[in-house]
Amino acid sequence: MKTLIRLAICIAAMIHSQAYCQSGSMVEIPGGEFLPLYGTETKVPVGNFKMDVYPVTNAEFLKFVEDNPRWRKSQVKQLFADDNYLRSWKSDLSLGEGMLPNSPVTNVSWFAAKNYCECQGKRLPTVDEWEYVAMANETSPDARTEKSYNQYILSWYETPATFNNPVGETFKNYWGVYDLHGLVWEWTADFNSVMIGGESRQDSTGDNNLFCGAAAVGATDLMNYAAFMRYAFRGSVKAKYSVKNLGFRCVQDIEKTEL
Amino acid sequence: MIMKKVIFIMLSVVLIAACDNAGKKDAQVEKEMAVNTEELTGEIPELSIYNLPSTWTTQDNEHIQLEELRGNVLVMVMIYTSCKAACPRLIADMRNIEKQVPEQYLGKTKFIMVSIDPETDTPQRLNAFAKENEMEDDHWMFLRGTPEDTREFATVLAVSYKKISPIDFSHSNIISVFDEEGVLVHQQEGLGVDNTETVEAINIEVSN
Repeated sequence: MKTLIRLAICIAAMIHSQAYCQSGSMVEIPGGEFLPLYGTETKVPVGNFKMDVYPVTNAEFLKFVEDNPRWRKSQVKQLFADDNYLRSWKSDLSLGEGMLPNSPVTNVSWFAAKNYCECQGKRLPTVDEWEYVAMANETSPDARTEKSYNQYILSWYETPATFNNPVGETFKNYWGVYDLHGLVWEWTADFNSVMIGGESRQDSTGDNNLFCGAAAVGATDLMNYAAFMRYAFRGSVKAKYSVKNLGFRCVQDIEKTEL
Repeated sequence: MIMKKVIFIMLSVVLIAACDNAGKKDAQVEKEMAVNTEELTGEIPELSIYNLPSTWTTQDNEHIQLEELRGNVLVMVMIYTSCKAACPRLIADMRNIEKQVPEQYLGKTKFIMVSIDPETDTPQRLNAFAKENEMEDDHWMFLRGTPEDTREFATVLAVSYKKISPIDFSHSNIISVFDEEGVLVHQQEGLGVDNTETVEAINIEVSN
């Protein structure tokens, strides 16, 4: 009986959230192979998948915490989020002063982001998937060697507080995806697969004893400083961190949705 | 048409299952809150790994929830059995730590190896590995979970890992100690490092 009630609630919630989340439009990304800047010396395959066109917004995340009390800032467990979780929100269910509903949600932990995506029947992108889509500029699927592409990203890194901007105001890339660069950094499912050697921030990781297969990570192209920053950032965060300029978007495997 | 329907039903089941899980967690939260008002004991601390809802399989092919380990001091490391480089040294480190824990404490301590290569490390393989390495006493335990749960667990331990070839992973070498409530109390990082503090942490937690 309990199960039945749960099912009923869930179905209702599903219908509700699906109706609500029409804004969460996705585009199809045809898979392929590419050589990431870090982590491998060989090309990695990326399968077909769909990616959210925009990062998850404050309004969408607010809806999520309304439906899922355990992710409200007063209720979230310390294991899953640090003290900065939804820090600028006025309360559990209201955004902070001056926050736009259509700005990307930030100050969310990896656990919260992951659960958000799961509740939409989606998941977080892998590092490889994210980087694969993010190689594109407006016109080319792989613009990494173009000067203007790198300059755009680097000048964004120098621009303060872009997280306050609404989604969809940066460029629409080759695949039809917005805001991979120019708005916020984004969580990935396997952000903790990053192992950059001593040249990155932190530490200890320069010590070969800390890793099995320590030779694994060598930058294939240190010229691409922009990407290097992303990998270093991923290597520096922990899953419960909630960071002011770190948001997320979801992806979905294609097989599941071909109705 | 029928196929479409079947797929739709399957999809619905998948979605409902995922959502049901969330519903269950909410119910759990409510229950915990209700309990909270009556008594504080029995509550899992917020920082406890027992808040992770995942199910794991042991080297004896038994399915367990982490929470079933509550009451034990846990010493955990993430490895994969086909690893030729650092893992044997990590295993040696675990064994060295175990040797220094007084025998009467071993009944309340679990030394746990969690596989980062669940595809290869089947329960059979973990079992064979345990035998080869003479880690068959009750206080040794090998766990394997889904790739997603393994990734999540690694994030809690701050362990990084990545598959770098079909047979090799790079991974951080961290041994973690958890208290009886599943809260992380100590970590040692690196291979063959001085483990005095780790042993101390275990002894302190067990004797508490």
